[in-house]
Amino acid sequence: MSQWARPEFTAVERLRGPLAVLRGVTGVGWDEFATIRLDGGEVRHGLVLEADDDLAVVQVLEGTAGIDPARMAVEFAGSPLRIEVGTAWLGRVCGGRGQPRDGGPPVTGPVTAPVAGYPVNPAARLPPSEPVLTGVSVIDELTTVVRGQKLPVFAAPGLPHLELAAQVAAQATAGGEPFCVVFAGMGLTHADAAAVRAALEDRLAAGELVLLLNLAGDPVIERVLTPRVALTVAEHLAFTEGRHVLVVMADMTSYCEALREVSAARGELPARRGYPGYLYSDLASLYERCGRIDGLPGSLTLIPVLTMPAGDITHPVPDLTGYITEGQIVLSPGLHARGIYPPVDALSSLSRLMRRGAGPGRTRDDHLDVAAQTLAALAAARRAGELAELIGEEALSETDRRYSEFERAFEDCLVHQGPGQSRSLDETFRLAWQVLGKLPRRELTMIPADVLDARYPAGGGPAGGPAGADDRAEARP
Amino acid sequence: MTGTGSAGRISRVSGPLVEVSGLAGLAMAEVVELGEPRLPGEVVAIDALRATVQAYEYTGGLAPGDPVAARGAPLSAPLGPHLLGGIFDGLLRPLAGAGPFLRPGAAAAPPGAGRAFPFTPRARDGDVLAAGDALGAVTVAGAVPYLVLVPPGAAGEVRGISPAGDLPAGAIVATVGGRPVPLTGSWPVRTPRPVAERLEAGEPLRTGQRVVDLLFPVTLGGTSAVPGGFGTGKTVLLQQITKWCDADVIVYVGCGERGNELAEMLTELSALADPRTGGRLADRTVVIANTSNMPMMAREASIYAGAAVAEHFRDMGLRVVVVADSTSRWAEALREFSSRSGEMPAEEGYPAGLASALAAFYERAGLVTTLGGRTGSVTIIAAVSPPGGDMTEPVTAYSVRFVRTLWTLDRDLAYARHYPAVSWEGSFCRDAAAIGNWYARNGDPGWAHRRERLAAVLVQADQAAALAELTGATALPAAQRMAILAGRLVREGVLQQSAISATDASCEPARAAALADAALEVADACGRLADRGVPADLIERQDFSALLRAKEEAATPEQVRGRAGDLIGRLSSLEADREGGPRS
Repeated sequence: MSQWARPEFTAVERLRGPLAVLRGVTGVGWDEFATIRLDGGEVRHGLVLEADDDLAVVQVLEGTAGIDPARMAVEFAGSPLRIEVGTAWLGRVCGGRGQPRDGGPPVTGPVTAPVAGYPVNPAARLPPSEPVLTGVSVIDELTTVVRGQKLPVFAAPGLPHLELAAQVAAQATAGGEPFCVVFAGMGLTHADAAAVRAALEDRLAAGELVLLLNLAGDPVIERVLTPRVALTVAEHLAFTEGRHVLVVMADMTSYCEALREVSAARGELPARRGYPGYLYSDLASLYERCGRIDGLPGSLTLIPVLTMPAGDITHPVPDLTGYITEGQIVLSPGLHARGIYPPVDALSSLSRLMRRGAGPGRTRDDHLDVAAQTLAALAAARRAGELAELIGEEALSETDRRYSEFERAFEDCLVHQGPGQSRSLDETFRLAWQVLGKLPRRELTMIPADVLDARYPAGGGPAGGPAGADDRAEARP
Repeated sequence: MTGTGSAGRISRVSGPLVEVSGLAGLAMAEVVELGEPRLPGEVVAIDALRATVQAYEYTGGLAPGDPVAARGAPLSAPLGPHLLGGIFDGLLRPLAGAGPFLRPGAAAAPPGAGRAFPFTPRARDGDVLAAGDALGAVTVAGAVPYLVLVPPGAAGEVRGISPAGDLPAGAIVATVGGRPVPLTGSWPVRTPRPVAERLEAGEPLRTGQRVVDLLFPVTLGGTSAVPGGFGTGKTVLLQQITKWCDADVIVYVGCGERGNELAEMLTELSALADPRTGGRLADRTVVIANTSNMPMMAREASIYAGAAVAEHFRDMGLRVVVVADSTSRWAEALREFSSRSGEMPAEEGYPAGLASALAAFYERAGLVTTLGGRTGSVTIIAAVSPPGGDMTEPVTAYSVRFVRTLWTLDRDLAYARHYPAVSWEGSFCRDAAAIGNWYARNGDPGWAHRRERLAAVLVQADQAAALAELTGATALPAAQRMAILAGRLVREGVLQQSAISATDASCEPARAAALADAALEVADACGRLADRGVPADLIERQDFSALLRAKEEAATPEQVRGRAGDLIGRLSSLEADREGGPRS
């Protein structure tokens, strides 16, 4: 984008936190993008947070540390930030603003798009109705991800949520149609980033992945931009290039903290726990960019990953996320402690759009019945477990004991799988039926009789199906 | 543009807050157009040098020095026959045909453009009419009897009335007292439309949801709030009511909520037939969609736009329901703006005017005699999304004070897959007595008694269950165990209702009454058996599934009563067996 040189402004009135206030500025609009040149030749970037007569408040993405107000010059782009979009992003590893991090040249593309995006017209949306298969049994069976859905992963600190996110990003497919992944890492440690990159290496090499990494040591404010860059790239790949795109954003809690930092520096009135009052709308401006659009190819599916500070689901970040997203996948510290990976708490997890994206013609004819029965049985098993804590395992009825066995088999055989292991849908359902076989047939009231006749494991006793032992061996890495 | 002649300029931009200067004669609440893209905004404060404007679009790129023009009118919405079956943004601009992505300042097609509306006159030249009288009728796709009325403030002799035939949306239907009356009028959305008289409400809105119709009904012209944390089924309940309630017109305001859910509802409304008229449900529905990613300030306006649309149809003598999902997102928009304009915050950063703004919004509901002498009503049903499920936060706390009916959604019930998760402890209906009287006059004298019985059964069951948690159920006296059983029969056999069931998504009043009576009669029968010494565990072990499944499987009240009769017969044989000889 070669243009006439634009005027530079140098009258810096004040620097505070990530903000620079410039005086004598003319013709600069709100949310405009700015390039800041320092004396030593260093270049930083910023966004206009407020334009008041000849004053402009600029948020410096890389922070203001080391800036001498007398030795900086700011050039404004004349419009809100736009980036070049196109298929050249595929296979690239970039920083939180989209700057190359793999030694390659800057990413270019045939067209530019504003990173803030435009809201999707609700009248032009198509209801999501086909699955994205992740190869993770517990997700595919019980909380099926549907193309165009936003389904977050909630984890307490210390749980392998990044590992799961990377596994889903590495394995997910859309039934043979063109598919790719945009992974936006925010505030990741070097170790985490390296692990994510290792898990995604194959997909990167295959040109099916865009990796944007803002590391924990990178500028905090840059994080405010990272998910927007990721979504802008993804929207183009989806709705112009016709791919089904999965965007994984981890960790949204780090993003929200960056937003809080900017808000505090601006002296805004805080709402809950110091987060700005517009946190809901800001998160929605990201999460709502997923979907399917009438008349356009492709789809954009979103998996935000977040840590619940101190495991508190009522914390503003998970709470507001839950109000916007269509369900949640919750990780359980208890399962993690038992060595189960991925430690998904099936009863607390939910995919609201699953009914539309799974079942006959989409996944398998028996999918919704098996899922409903499995969840009902898990709820019964949990009640039996609570009873056992009061009266002792031995005093349980025979049926209750079968439920307890069912729950253990469910966790050990179906939930548990290797971080590098991808299970086909048929494999997942073979295991699901094997696990249901731990229950007496009379307990399976939510599955039609003809389906039971065809699928209920012969002998269905406590010993399990014939292939049971093999599976357990295979599932444990 | 207005003729003030002065050149207005933008002087400050901070998100949706824009300050402008140089416009003389600006009025509060006047609409201005900002910058080259002419983004709409509304004047919310004026001082000597600058006016503060709340912008209804994304303001990126707007700069100090950009031009501003005043429109010379307050924020108004076009009201006409094009509304039915349509989908609009918070300023009532049509969304259909606006393209897949909404760009700020993009020119929307005028409402109803390109369509023709078949008009039949009901007045003649020379007639003298007053405000609210009908000039004619428009035939619309659905069953709504759409009238073109003399607008408030106009009266006098009719001149130049259009003959029967198709009219474009912008046509002038007639002049009344020298004032032209267009087919599509305009009304300032923040001003309630005038009425002749407010009436006392008593008739309930039939929602097809048993827990609402049997326990916590809302009157026509009443108000209801629905607080519930995420995952408690707020949106599903509101969408069920949108689909199945017996109103003439539904105004659904999706205010700061999910786009995919809205898309799903639109698809379903187009596919579903109206059980009362046979037309499409979409034809009686006006959808105002301001999803959470659309400009925040239009969310603030969308609630009022919804109220104005509802009053427009009410004035035709119709029963209108406004469903607003969710008022919390509207309150957040208020907070966002007051925070940017440096207003002193009250609770949790919300402006001090929040309570009065909420009260004024709910006050736009009512059963009225219209200016034209018809009876019409606006019923408001509004979701509240308490952060962290905290029912003491300001929006929830204020809403609970102002509404007549409250449906509190309970996370424990939702977790136990009890839907709709309306808590019987946390909900109320302040008009139950009036509604009971109405039912007594209209063929169901047992309604009030049934409601009392259901409530009593639920309370006694909860008390007994609390005791059972301490002592174990088997240690309870038989009467308490029967109370627990009765609670289960009412919860599972009556209150639970599946939104995706083909047969039970909506329940007729007579069938709902039969299901409730059946559960109560069976519970009574069990109680009597226990009183006469039949062991409680024997009664508990009986198969009640015929009763519990009646809600899905018994299509008519007679079939429900038949199942209850069979079950009671089978139960009474327990006593006969016992008398015949002791159990082994």
